[in-house]
Order: sequence, then C-alpha cells, then structure tokens
Amino acid sequence: MQQPFKAVKVTDNVYWVGAIDWGLRYFHGYSTERGSTYNAFLILADKITLVDTVKAPFRAEMLSRIKSITDPEKIDYIISNHSEMDHTGCLPEVIETVGPERVFASAMGVKALSEHFHLDREIVAVKDGEKLSLGNMVLTFFETRMLHWPDSMFTYLVEEELLFSQDAFGMHLATSERFDDEIDRGIWEYEARKYFANILLPYAPQVTKLLEKLSKLRFSIKTIAPDHGPVWRRDVNKVLDLYSEWALQRPTKKAVVVYDTMWGSTGRMAAAIGDGLKQGGASPKLMPLRSCTRSDVATEILEAGALLVGSPTLNNNIFPTVADVLTYLKGLKPRNLIGGAFGSYGWSPAGVEQVWEALTEMKVDLVGEPLKVKYVPDSGSLEQCVSWGASIAERLKELCGRETT
Amino acid sequence: MKKYVCNVCGYVYDPAVGDAESHIPAGTAFEDLPGDWVCPVCGAGKEEFSPEE
Ligand SMILES: [Fe+2]
Ligand SMILES: [Fe+2]
Ligand SMILES: [Zn+2]
Repeated sequence: MQQPFKAVKVTDNVYWVGAIDWGLRYFHGYSTERGSTYNAFLILADKITLVDTVKAPFRAEMLSRIKSITDPEKIDYIISNHSEMDHTGCLPEVIETVGPERVFASAMGVKALSEHFHLDREIVAVKDGEKLSLGNMVLTFFETRMLHWPDSMFTYLVEEELLFSQDAFGMHLATSERFDDEIDRGIWEYEARKYFANILLPYAPQVTKLLEKLSKLRFSIKTIAPDHGPVWRRDVNKVLDLYSEWALQRPTKKAVVVYDTMWGSTGRMAAAIGDGLKQGGASPKLMPLRSCTRSDVATEILEAGALLVGSPTLNNNIFPTVADVLTYLKGLKPRNLIGGAFGSYGWSPAGVEQVWEALTEMKVDLVGEPLKVKYVPDSGSLEQCVSWGASIAERLKELCGRETT
Repeated sequence: MKKYVCNVCGYVYDPAVGDAESHIPAGTAFEDLPGDWVCPVCGAGKEEFSPEE
C-alpha cells in the first residue's frame, strides 16, 4: 500500500523511521523554538530490528514510515535504548501491532519500562558489552547510565559502524533534512550546545568518562544516530570533540548577568554591572528574565566563567522568576563558575540574600559581598555597580589566564 | 571498610575516599554516612546502595 510517510535511508541497511514535531515549543520546561524530531531506526538485517520508538501522538507517522519499506509484523526485535516517554510513549501499542519475538533494554531499562507501562510481557535485559546476533549482522550494547537516565544505553551496529546513541549527541531541531551535512552548522552547533546544557550538564563528569571509554574500546564510528535532530555522518568527530570540551566546563571570559526587575532599578544595576564587566575585559551577556527563558540561561552558562544574578525583593522574598531560574540551574549542577548577587530593595534585602544563599548552595565561587541598593540607584551606586562588574572581570581574567598556562 | 555501589547509577562509594561534595571526610564507613546523604551522581538515598561484590 502507498504510504503517506516515507522512511529515509541512513546506511545500506538502516532506515530512519521517526517523526517530526514541527510545533513543539515546550519540552518539560525546555523551550524548543525550532521544534524537534523523535528518531526511530529500522535495521533490515535477517532479524529485522526497530531501535527506539516515538512520542505517543506520533505512532501512526512512525508506523507509516516503517510500512513504506516493510510490513511492521515482520519486525523481530525491538530495542529500547532509553525509557523516557518521548521514545517509548507508544511502545506498548507498537509491541501490540508488531508482535516482536523479543524486546531488549538495559537492566535499569527493564525496570523503568515496567514502572512506566506495567507490561505483561518480558523485556530482556542486556548487559554492558553484550552482543546480539541479527543473523547477518551483530549489535553490541553499552550501558551509559545517567546519560541522562539510569536506563540509558547505546547500541552499536558492528557491520555499519553505526552508533545508536539515544539522547546523547541529539538536539531539539525539526527539519526535513535528516543529516548534519544538510543543515547550517551555526544552527546545529547552537542547538547541540543547548541540548547538552539543558539535558546532559548534570552528568558532565560521566560524559568525560564515557568518551574515554569509547576511545579506549577503539571501535570506529562512521555514523551516530541519536534520538533527536540530525544523524551525524560528516561531523562525527566534531560532535565528539564538542562534547569533550563542554563536559570540562572550562571557565571563559563570558559573564552571564541574569535578572528581573520590578520598577527598573535592578535592571539599571544590571546594565551598569554589564558595562563594568566589559571595561574590566570580560564579555558580558545580559539576560533579563522577561525576555529569556530558563533554558536560554542554561545554554549561555555552559561556556561562561561567571554567573551574576540580580533580584528585587517582592513581599520580603526573592522575585519568582529569579527563584525559577536558580532552581533550574541548581539541578543542572554547572561547575567552575565564579559569581555574585545583586538587587534593589525597599526595606528588606531578602531577595538579594536568597540569591546569595542559592548560589552558595550551587557551589558558585562568590566574589565579594552581595551588592544591594535601596529603592532607585543614584549615580554613586551605579558607579559602585560598574566597579563591582570590573572587579569580577579581573577575577575572570586571572582564572582564564591560569587555565591557559 | 566495604565499598558500596549505587543500584541506580553505578556510582561506587569508597570509604577510603569519602565524598568531598557532601563534606564526607576520607575514612568514613558507609554505615556512618548521615541518613540524609544521597548519591553524588544521581541523588538516590542510602537505601539504594548495596555492598560491592
Ligand atoms: Fe531523555
Ligand atoms: Fe529524548
Ligand atoms: Zn547513584
């Protein structure tokens, strides 16, 4: 039967059979201005194998792409590399339709899948390093725990030197092109960085370890097929290098100034601090929270050296948008940052103080004292903001200098 | 002193090393970790740990 959706050939025996979510703008709190894709892949081996599925509402699109090359009932194996619902949401229904001989996941994946879907069939647990014969081809599994869930694993197709990497090396980017070389590099590099910052950052030390392990194993990777965004076939080494760089979070001269303001006073402080940072030789980026999302802030933090956070006091409390971004950043565990707290207040400086506490808890190396201004800053207090910014820039220069020598 | 493994993420608590992130000095036995101590990698509680084989 003629199918509305078509599979896309990735390598000789592997096809992309995923779905494109053009309209996605919100992914559990992550702003996805360019939409996303949920990638699933079909291996046409003796044992026909489906690697991952898609978010529940996209099941028909995936099945149609599969049908464009084979009857779904001919699928022998299904592999779940990651249990999160953007890749498993329709797994129970797909198992029902396909009737596969076996379904595989990591040991933690078996647990997570049963706690999601309470399936009444067995999911077979595979171990780190285990091989699975598909008749004429072989798969090898690698546990990648906490990248970014306990269940996460990679599946490597030996004959095609292709790594199915689930969320790792992915990005939220909806395109009709399926490969890195067909997409503007500026766009994929930004979206890959944003994805790393918002999804993988808490586990950066594990990323470093995994990359070391992969290079020790010395198996060649020609293609990386992640679960979101383009398939890597030209810039495989480039994305591996970017990941090892990002995972180190080396301080740079970039200083991210995040703030909100009630009557413009904390905003004016931020502008003066920004000028001070620039005068001191840093590269400031101001992010007013009425115009920037929490995931934009995370993206900028990844390649920064300083995080300066400003909050006015509202009802003896931190400003809600600032609390939001601090809660989010705390979970992402950014490392190697210096920082500071600032803000205007009327009679209680609780806002600035709570920022200071939150940054301390995040193990940000705080410079000086919290910078507080009563009501509206005058030229004297704006001068103070400028010199505060300049002093943070000095510290940044020292730190970056130390890194390079 | 015995090492303990996190059942969730595979992190190994080594008493000889401790856990600097939570201010646990080297030489602290797993049994002596405070009740609210959590895995530095995944955040799982002490009850998720098993002695290393
Ligand atoms: Fe995920
Ligand atoms: Fe995902
Ligand atoms: Zn753990």
